Amino acid sequence: MNKLMGWKELPPCDQLGAKTAEAFETGDWRLGEKPVWHPDICIQCLICWISCPDSAVTVEGGKMTGFDYKHCKGCGICAHECPTKPKKSITMESEK
Amino acid sequence: MATLKELSTRKDPLTGGHRACSGCGFPQIVRMVCLASKDPVVVVAATGCLEVTTTIFPYSAWTIPFVHNAFENAAATLSGIEAAYHALSKKGKISKKINFVAFGGDGGTYDIGLQSLSGAMERGHDLLYVCYNNQAYMNTGVQRSGATPLGANTTTEPAGKVKQGKMEKRKDLTEIMVAHDIPYVAQATVGFWADLTRKAEKAFSVTGPKFINVLQPCRLGWQYKPEETMAIGRLAAETCFWPLYEVENGKYKITYKPKDKKPAVDFLKKQDRFRHLFKPQNAGLLEDIQKEIDQRWEELLAKEEKV
Amino acid sequence: MPTAAKTGNEAMAEAMRQINPDVVAAYPITPATEVVMIFAQFVADGLVDTEYIPVESEHSAMSACLGAATTGARVMTSTSSQGLALMYEILPIASGLRLPIIMCDVNRALSAPINIHCDHSDTMAARDFGWLQLFSENAQEAYDNLLQAVRIAEDPRVLLPAMVTTDGFIISHGMEKMEMLEDAQVKEYVGEKKAPYSILDVDKPITIGALDLTDYYFEHKMPVNEAMKASKEVILEVGRDFGKRFGRPYEFFEKYKLDDAEVAIVALGSTCGTAKVAIDQLREQGIKAGMLKIRVFRPFPAEEIALALSKLKSIAVLDRSDSFNTQGGPVFTEVCSALYNSASRPKITNYIYGLGGRDINVSQIKGVFSDLLKVEKISIINYLGVRQ
Repeated sequence: MNKLMGWKELPPCDQLGAKTAEAFETGDWRLGEKPVWHPDICIQCLICWISCPDSAVTVEGGKMTGFDYKHCKGCGICAHECPTKPKKSITMESEK
Repeated sequence: MATLKELSTRKDPLTGGHRACSGCGFPQIVRMVCLASKDPVVVVAATGCLEVTTTIFPYSAWTIPFVHNAFENAAATLSGIEAAYHALSKKGKISKKINFVAFGGDGGTYDIGLQSLSGAMERGHDLLYVCYNNQAYMNTGVQRSGATPLGANTTTEPAGKVKQGKMEKRKDLTEIMVAHDIPYVAQATVGFWADLTRKAEKAFSVTGPKFINVLQPCRLGWQYKPEETMAIGRLAAETCFWPLYEVENGKYKITYKPKDKKPAVDFLKKQDRFRHLFKPQNAGLLEDIQKEIDQRWEELLAKEEKV
Repeated sequence: MPTAAKTGNEAMAEAMRQINPDVVAAYPITPATEVVMIFAQFVADGLVDTEYIPVESEHSAMSACLGAATTGARVMTSTSSQGLALMYEILPIASGLRLPIIMCDVNRALSAPINIHCDHSDTMAARDFGWLQLFSENAQEAYDNLLQAVRIAEDPRVLLPAMVTTDGFIISHGMEKMEMLEDAQVKEYVGEKKAPYSILDVDKPITIGALDLTDYYFEHKMPVNEAMKASKEVILEVGRDFGKRFGRPYEFFEKYKLDDAEVAIVALGSTCGTAKVAIDQLREQGIKAGMLKIRVFRPFPAEEIALALSKLKSIAVLDRSDSFNTQGGPVFTEVCSALYNSASRPKITNYIYGLGGRDINVSQIKGVFSDLLKVEKISIINYLGVRQ
C-alpha cells in the first residue's frame, strides 16, 4: 500500500475495494497507554465490543477474545464502560 | 431483540484503520444500526466526518456496499438506489431483501440536507435515515449548525466578550420528521446501545421511510476526555437534554424516563463547549437552558399521555 | 417506420418510452417540463416499467439518478436552464464516477434576467463537467440522438453521462414531421444495460465516492479524459451503424455545402435549419456559402473541425451564448483553438446572437455572410440582433 498507483493501475470507475482500511494501522495513535484485558474476571458482556469506535475488540463465536492493537487508538472507552466490579476486566496501562 | 452476543456474530460494517478521532462516537452508531439488520445493508453517507474518515482512497473501512455522492443529498441519492432496487427486483434481477440506510451528520441533515431528506420522506421510499448528531459541523472545525444547542461555543458563533455562544435554540428535527407522517421516527443516543439497536431493529421491520436522530458526543468539538463519549451520551438522556423516544404511526412512546431527572448543569459542566456558561454573569443563560429542557420534556410527556 | 408529427419534447418523451429506462428522477422546468409530464402519463398508463421518482428539486433529481446508476440501472432525466444549473454540483460527480446517465437538456437561457426562452448558456456553462454533449437541429435529431446516446454512454470504452440538447420552444414546442422507429426496434437497439458493477451486489461490496487527497485526485481524473477521447471513435461507430440500420447516418458534425465553400458559418442547434435556407438562397446568387453544423460539442472534435475549415477564406462562428470574457463565445474560442496550429486557416469572426430566445432569421444570417465577403476589416467579436 506504500507505492502510489499510476492512473492506469487504478480500480476502474472510481471504485474502492471493501475492507481495504484494515491495512492502515492506527495503533501508533496511542499516547502511551493501551487497554489490557483480564479474562479471568471478564463476564463476557461484550459492552466493550459495541462501544469501541475502531472495531478493535476482537470477538469469536460470541465471545470477546482480546484487542486488535494494530488499530486500537487507546481512547479508553472500553475500560471506562467495562462494568465488572469491584475490579474492571479492562484497564488502561502504560505501554512504555 | 438481538443480544450483544448475537450481534457480535454478524458482519461488522466497519473495520479498524479508519481515521476517526480516538474516542469518536459515530462508528459505534454505524455498527449498532447496521448490525441490527439481519438482511444485508447498503449505505449512503453524506459528506462529513463519517464519510471522510472511513473512505480515504485507497483505504475503505466499509465491509458493506457504500456510496458517497455529496453533502446535502444522502436522502436523494439513497432514494435513487431504492427505486432502482425496486425496478431491478421487478425484472427479476435481484431477489435478496436489502435494507437501505443513509447516514448524515447534523450539518448534512438539519441544514443543507433538509430539503432532500424531506422530499425522500414525503415520497415514501423504503429507507432508514440516521442522523449522527454531534450538534455542529465537526468535520470542518466545529461550526454551528441548526442542531447546535443554546449557549454552545462553536467557531462560527463563539463565546467572546460580547456574545456568549449560540443564542438560538436548536431546531427540533425529530418533530419535523414526525410531521412528515412517516411510519417510524425515533430519538436515541450512542450512550444507550440497547435502546438504539432496538429502534434500528424496529425501523428495519417496517416498510416505508424511517428516521432516527442519534446524539453523538464529539470529544473534539464538545471537549471532554475521549473515554467519556458513551457516558456523556447517557448523561444527555439522564438530564432530558436529549430525550429518548419513538413515534410509531403518530403514537409517542418515551423509551427512557430517568428515575431522578438530573439537572442540566450535570451534562453541561462535563464539556468545555459550555465552560463560558459557568461565569457568574451567564447564570441567566443556564436558567434558560434548563427551562428549555424542562419545557420540551413536559411537552413530550404530554404527547405520550395524549394516547 | 412510423411517420409522426411530433414536437421536440414529444419526440424525446417517445424515445424515452421506447428506451424504457429503469429509473427516471425528474423535476419540472419550462420548457423541458413536457418531457417529464408526457413520460409520467406513460408511467401511469403502464406503458413503461420505469420507477419514476418525482423529486423535490433538480439537485435531488441528479442525485437520485446518480444513486440509481450505481446499481447498474439505466437512468434518464430531463431539464433546462436553472434546473441544469442546480444540478451543476452533481454533474462532475456523475462523470467522475463514470455513470452513464442520459439527460434530455432543453436549451434555455440562464438567469438573470429570468427568461424561459432558448439560448445555449445553460449547456455551455456545463461544458467542463465531463459530460458528452450532443446538439440537435430538430425533433428528428433529438429523437435519434437520444437513442444513440444510450449506446455511446454505456459503451464500456466510454461510461460517461450524456446530455442531448434541443433548443427550448423553437424545437421543444415546434411540431415537425419525423420518422420514428418501432418499439421493438428500439428495444433491440438499446439492449440490456451491462454495468461494470452494482452497488446492490452485496456479496461483492465496494465503496463508491471515496475521498482523494493530493496524492490521488489527479490520477482519478485521467480516466475521464481517456473516456472522452475514446468516445470519439464510439460516436462515429454508433452514428454510422445507426445510418446502416435506420437510414440516417450521423457524424461529429454536418457539412452543409461546405466542401467547395469560400465562406462559411459554424453553428449549433435550430439556427442551422434557418441557415440552410439562407445558404441555399446565397448559392442561387452564385455565392459559395456553406455551413459546419456542430452536433458533437463534447468531446470537441478539434482535429476534424480544423480539417473541414482550414481551406476556407473566412468563417463566422455563431454562438448562442456569451462567455463574458470579452473575447467571444465558447464555440468561437474552441474553433479558434482547433485551428491555431493549422498550416492554413481562415479569418475567423464571432457572432453572439439569439440570447434569451431573440429570434434569428434568414436575412440576418445572410447579413453575416455579406460581412464575411467584405474586403475591409470588420470587428472580430459581434453581437447580432441586439438593440443598441
